[in-house]
Amino acid sequence: MASFTRRSALGATAATAILALSWAGAQAQQAPIKVGAILAVTGPASFLGDPAAKTLKLYVEQTNKAGGVVGRQLELKLYDTGGDPRQAVTFTRRLIEDDKVDFIIGASTTGETMAMIELVEEAKIPLISLAGASPIVEPVKRWVFKTPHSDRMAVEKMYGDMRRDNMTKAAILGGSGGFDQSCRAEAKKFAASYNIQIVADETYAATDTDMTPQLTRIRNTPGVQAIIGCGFGSPTVVTARNYKQLGMQNVRFYFNHGVASQQFIDQSQGAAEGMRMPVAALLVGPQLAESDPQKKVTMAYTAAYKAAYNNEAVSGFGGHAYDAFMMAVEAIKRAGSMDKAKVRDQIELTKNFVGADGIFNMSPGDHMGLDIRSFKMVEVRNGTWKLLY
Amino acid sequence: MADFAKRHSGVLLLALFVALLPLALPNRFYFDVATKVWLNAIVCVGLNLLVGYAGQISLGHAGFFALGAYASAILTRRFELNAFVAMGLGAAGTGLLAFAVARPILRLKGHYLAMATLGLGIIIFIVINREIWLTGGPDGTRVPALALGEWRLTRIEDWYWAAGAILVAAVALAQNLIGSGVGRALRALNGSEVAASTLGIDTARYKAMAFVVSAVFASLAGSLFAHVERFVTPAEAGFLRSIEFVTMVVLGGMASNFGAVVGAALLTMLPQLVADFQDYKHLVFGAVLMATMIFLPKGLVPSLTDLVRRRLGR
Repeated sequence: MASFTRRSALGATAATAILALSWAGAQAQQAPIKVGAILAVTGPASFLGDPAAKTLKLYVEQTNKAGGVVGRQLELKLYDTGGDPRQAVTFTRRLIEDDKVDFIIGASTTGETMAMIELVEEAKIPLISLAGASPIVEPVKRWVFKTPHSDRMAVEKMYGDMRRDNMTKAAILGGSGGFDQSCRAEAKKFAASYNIQIVADETYAATDTDMTPQLTRIRNTPGVQAIIGCGFGSPTVVTARNYKQLGMQNVRFYFNHGVASQQFIDQSQGAAEGMRMPVAALLVGPQLAESDPQKKVTMAYTAAYKAAYNNEAVSGFGGHAYDAFMMAVEAIKRAGSMDKAKVRDQIELTKNFVGADGIFNMSPGDHMGLDIRSFKMVEVRNGTWKLLY
Repeated sequence: MADFAKRHSGVLLLALFVALLPLALPNRFYFDVATKVWLNAIVCVGLNLLVGYAGQISLGHAGFFALGAYASAILTRRFELNAFVAMGLGAAGTGLLAFAVARPILRLKGHYLAMATLGLGIIIFIVINREIWLTGGPDGTRVPALALGEWRLTRIEDWYWAAGAILVAAVALAQNLIGSGVGRALRALNGSEVAASTLGIDTARYKAMAFVVSAVFASLAGSLFAHVERFVTPAEAGFLRSIEFVTMVVLGGMASNFGAVVGAALLTMLPQLVADFQDYKHLVFGAVLMATMIFLPKGLVPSLTDLVRRRLGR
């Protein structure tokens, strides 16, 4: 399907070129607005970058068909980092110095984004990151924004859910990677304010293929009512399977939003049943109430994505890209031109922007703009997501 | 005497190339890529002493590169040492570590040597990855600009000159070393270790020397890299990075300092050249490597110079 979009993109480019040529003498054609994107389309983080790349290609094409933004067409410059921060830095420099893009979307992972910040701040180019951890926007950097929920909000949502059911004793289980560590730190920091006691804390390595020892230790800890799972990727699938094998269903299992993909449910082959996680509304679009402001946006995105990509299931990671792109487009419209400083100001002024991740309200002190209400709590039931509230 | 003149003409040619290249570079992005080429080339020139001349393998040089990079990052940022002092301490520390492990490791041969150096690289990677309090862990750490008093080196064009000059110096040093008794000893060692030792060459000492020198080169390049990039992550110490360095040396041509530079240039630029064919990137990358190994088994530079010499000879 990628070749299809590639071909149509080529076609569109060719058509634009012909049009531009034929009009060349008659009227000055405005140059396109250049959108830079740096994503991990291949490699271990491809589950993040691939849906984001597909989303950007799709919506750039749609926007151009509808006449572009402020009378100008959009041109997407997308580079694949394979999840490597060094490549992310080099490509950022390339986007800024060589391609001369107007704003940048990316990167897919926290490490890559952190490595890019210095460059975009120096070049004064708006950057909207699609990565999770809170240090990207805390402390606030003038030119840097991000769309995904932070791990802190995920942890708070889980704790809130525990309190609803009068649970007070939790265990943490997570990997040693950066995202996992950040989630673990937040979980420890906010436990007290929700009156939650952390009674066990177990770590696995990203390459571990068996989490039975860690889970057994948690099972043998008296009083554990819930497990807070910090992680993403294949270790979480292993964790789910071991959890079922050990018959621990009487202890509630929460995973963070990095796990929320259909792949996780499919690969854990039924073991994920009953697990809860905070997710963006996008994953449960059809189950949202008609009155929900996000209903229309999520359903439209899902329909467009499925139509363009062979009925592929949508993931939250494509939703982050949708929000970043649309928010930038809205900001350019409000600014009336692609003046980088004005567009940055307008992104910061974003109010009540209804996206796939939630309703964004940016401010000079908050460059993410989501609050905990934008998270939906879901439970895995019959191999799919069941919206709880 | 002819050999002496030829050696110097090579270094002069490289210096001339470094000096004239900016005329063909349209913007700062290209300066950035060229700077990365020089830095990788410094590592490869050092590694080539070990791999190309002494005939030993190392799959752990990214570890030394990262030690230099992290020494600069941590010593300047946390302990607020002068950047040049940090760089020197990093190089000295890396040299000491290399010296300490050189003798036991270089007793091994073939696959076992590959395994041992691989292990060393991976241990360095794990330490950097896990000691979060010191290194910032998997998410990496920021690095201050290279500074001496009021003076700061930040513009990429200036870095181009700095890295280029150091590369020329490194190549001149390596050429000198190779032309000296040490170089002859290393080559004898490569030909046959037993024969070399019967000629009275202390093989263990020379192998260790090549290992330490190459580790120090890698550490220095790592320190410079950290200051150019202003950000380092544990990926610098990764296994794939080590493989990349060895591939650069093999592709450019073993036992040729200029081959190492050419190999570093090609493999650093290749990801940029093929970035526009995103979906076929790995295909193109693999095809280039395979074609080189099939048609130019000695590496680019030696194969091509052989070809030219044969043509001229006829």
